[in-house]
Amino acid sequence: MPEPRISQVKSYLRLKALPTLWCPGCGIGLVASAIIRAVIKLSIKKDDIAFITGIGCTGRMSGYMDFNTIHTTHGRALAFAAGLKLARPDLTVIVVMGDGDALAIGGNHFIHACRRNLDITAIVVNNSTYGMTGGQVSPLTPRGEKAVTAPYGSIEPAFDVTKLAEAAGASFVARSTTYHMVEAEKLIMKGIEKKGASVIELMAQCPVYYGRLTGKGGPASMLLGYRESAKGKEGIRIERGVLVDKELPEYGQNYRNLVAGLKED
Amino acid sequence: MNTAPAAGPLGRTERFLQGNEAVAEAALAAGIGFFAAYPITPASEISQILSERMPRKGKVFIQMEDEIATLAAVMGASLGGEKAATATSGPGFSLMQEHVGYAAMAEIPCVIINVQRLGPSTGKPTAPSQGDVMQSRWGTHGDHPMIVLCPASVSEAYALTIRSFNLAEKYRSPVILLMDEVIAHIREKADLSAGEPLFARAQPWAPPDQYLPYGEAFGDVPPLASYGKGYRYHVTGLCHDGAGLPTVDPLVIRSQMDRLFRKINNNVEDIVQVQAENLEDSEVVLISYGASARSARHAMKLARAKGIRVGLLRLLTLFPFPEKQVLEAARPARIIMVVEMNFGQLRAEVERTLAGVCPVEGVHRWDGEMISPFQILEKVESHA
Repeated sequence: MPEPRISQVKSYLRLKALPTLWCPGCGIGLVASAIIRAVIKLSIKKDDIAFITGIGCTGRMSGYMDFNTIHTTHGRALAFAAGLKLARPDLTVIVVMGDGDALAIGGNHFIHACRRNLDITAIVVNNSTYGMTGGQVSPLTPRGEKAVTAPYGSIEPAFDVTKLAEAAGASFVARSTTYHMVEAEKLIMKGIEKKGASVIELMAQCPVYYGRLTGKGGPASMLLGYRESAKGKEGIRIERGVLVDKELPEYGQNYRNLVAGLKED
Repeated sequence: MNTAPAAGPLGRTERFLQGNEAVAEAALAAGIGFFAAYPITPASEISQILSERMPRKGKVFIQMEDEIATLAAVMGASLGGEKAATATSGPGFSLMQEHVGYAAMAEIPCVIINVQRLGPSTGKPTAPSQGDVMQSRWGTHGDHPMIVLCPASVSEAYALTIRSFNLAEKYRSPVILLMDEVIAHIREKADLSAGEPLFARAQPWAPPDQYLPYGEAFGDVPPLASYGKGYRYHVTGLCHDGAGLPTVDPLVIRSQMDRLFRKINNNVEDIVQVQAENLEDSEVVLISYGASARSARHAMKLARAKGIRVGLLRLLTLFPFPEKQVLEAARPARIIMVVEMNFGQLRAEVERTLAGVCPVEGVHRWDGEMISPFQILEKVESHA
C-alpha cells in the first residue's frame, strides 16, 4: 500500500471547518492524520464510518473529519457509540477521547465498553492534562507532575489505560506515541480490523500547558522525550505496540446470535 | 378516562394491563427499534418486558451502566435511524438531564419515559408523586423548548406512548412521557386501538452535497438523515450553524435558537391535548393531570351530586403549557383549583397564565399517598 498523498488526506477533512482550534505544536492533529491514513489504507468508505468524540481539545477532532460525526458530551462518547453500533452494525465506529474525557468523567463508560467488547475502536489521546480548560491535573497525569490545579505536583497515581482496558475485557489493547507515527497508524489499522473493543492509547504532546507546566519544553523536545522514553532513558519506559490481542466474544455478534435463536414474536 | 376498574368482557383490542405494561406494548406498536435502560423502581416492568419482547422482533434492548449512558445510547441509535427510548424514575431522570439538553440542542428524536416517584433524592421509591413536573420542563441547563405528555389511565398510557414517539420524530425533539407510580402500577382495561397513526421520520429530499441537518431552508424541522446513508454531517452540543458545525457567530446562534423555539411554539395547537368536562356552567374549575386527575374527576362528581357546579380541565400535554385552554377554562369560573401531588409546581404555570384573571388555589399532597377525592371535595366545599 503506497503512502497516501497529502491531497488525499486533505480530502478527508471538512475544509470549511478549518483551521483547527489546536495550539501550534499540539499532538492531536498528528493523531487525526494517523487515523485518516489508517482509514485510507483500509479502504473504508467515508460514508461507512461513524466518528465519535467527547469534549475537550481532542473532542473537537470530529468537527474536522468528513465522516458521520458526533461531538458528544464530556465522557460519554462510548455510550453514544454503543447505541449507534448496535443500531447500525454495518458502520465502522471509531471513538476518539482525551485522557480526562475517557478516564475521569467517562471512566464508567470506558470500563463497560471494554467489558461488553462491542466492536468499537476507542483511541485515547493521552496528553496527561485538560488542555481546553487550561492545564488541570488529569487521572493520567503522572504522580509528581505539576498542573494548574496541582501547583505542588500531583500526589495521585495515574491510571495505566492499557492495563485497565485489558482487565475490563477489551479484545485489543495497544499503545504508541506521536513520535512513532508509522507505528501509531499501524496500530489504529489493527484496532479497526479487530472484531471487538479495541483500545489504543496514543501519547500526544500538549506543549502549551503540559510541556510548560512540567518543564518538558516545546513540541520538539516533548516528541524527543517520547523517543528517549522508548529507549528506556530518564527512568521512564513507555511500553509500546500491541499489548493485548485476544479472541473474545463480541457483544453485537452475541446479540445477533441470540436474536437468531429466538422464536419470532 | 377510566376511573373505575374494567367492567364486562374484554373486546378484541382490549386487555387487562398495568400502566407500565401498556407503555411497553405501545412502544412495540410504535415500531421502537432501540431501548436502553438502567434498573429503577417504579419503572422496572417496562425494561423487563422489552428485554423479552424486543430480541424476538430483532430489535435492540440493552441495559447500560447508568442512566447517563442510556440516553446517550438512545441518541446514538436514533442517529442511526431507529425509533429509540428509555425509561426511568426520578434519580435516573436527574442523571439524564445532561442528555435531555443534548437531545434538545442537537434535535435528536427520542422518548424518555419518567415514572415519577416521591423525591427529592432517593425519597420513597414505591410511592406516588408528581414532583418531576418542573424537572421535565427545566431539568437541563440552558433555554430550550420541551414536550411533556402525561397519561391518567392505562389506555391513555398506551395512546400517549405512541404519541410520544410520533411527536419526537415529527419535531426532532426529546419527548418526556411523564408517568406516575399510580398509573404505572394500576391494572385496568386498556384499549390497544387507542393509538394514533404512526409518523415516519422525514428523510432529506436534497442531495447529500446540499443537505443541511440544521438548515433553515429546509423548514423549522429540517429532515434528519440517518447515519451511513451517504449524508455525512456533524452533530454537536455546541452552538452550531445549518451544517451542524460549531459557531460563535451571535447572528447564527440567534437564528438557530429562534428556530429551535419556533418549531414547538408555532405548533402548540398540534401538540397540546386536554380533556374538558362540565366547563360551561362551572363556578369551580379543577385543573389536574395524571393520577391526580382521577381523584379530581371523582371529587367533581361528588360535588355535582351536592349541587356544586364543578368542572375539570385535564391536561394530557403539560408542555408546551396549554395556555389557551387554561384561559378558556377560567372564563366561567369563580375560582380555579390546581390538583396535583406536589407543592404546586403546575399551579405556578396556571397562575402565570391567568395573571390575576381568576383566583387560583392549589389542592396538593406530598407525603407519598395518592391524593384523595375527599381532600379535593373539602377544598371545593370551602369555596362553594
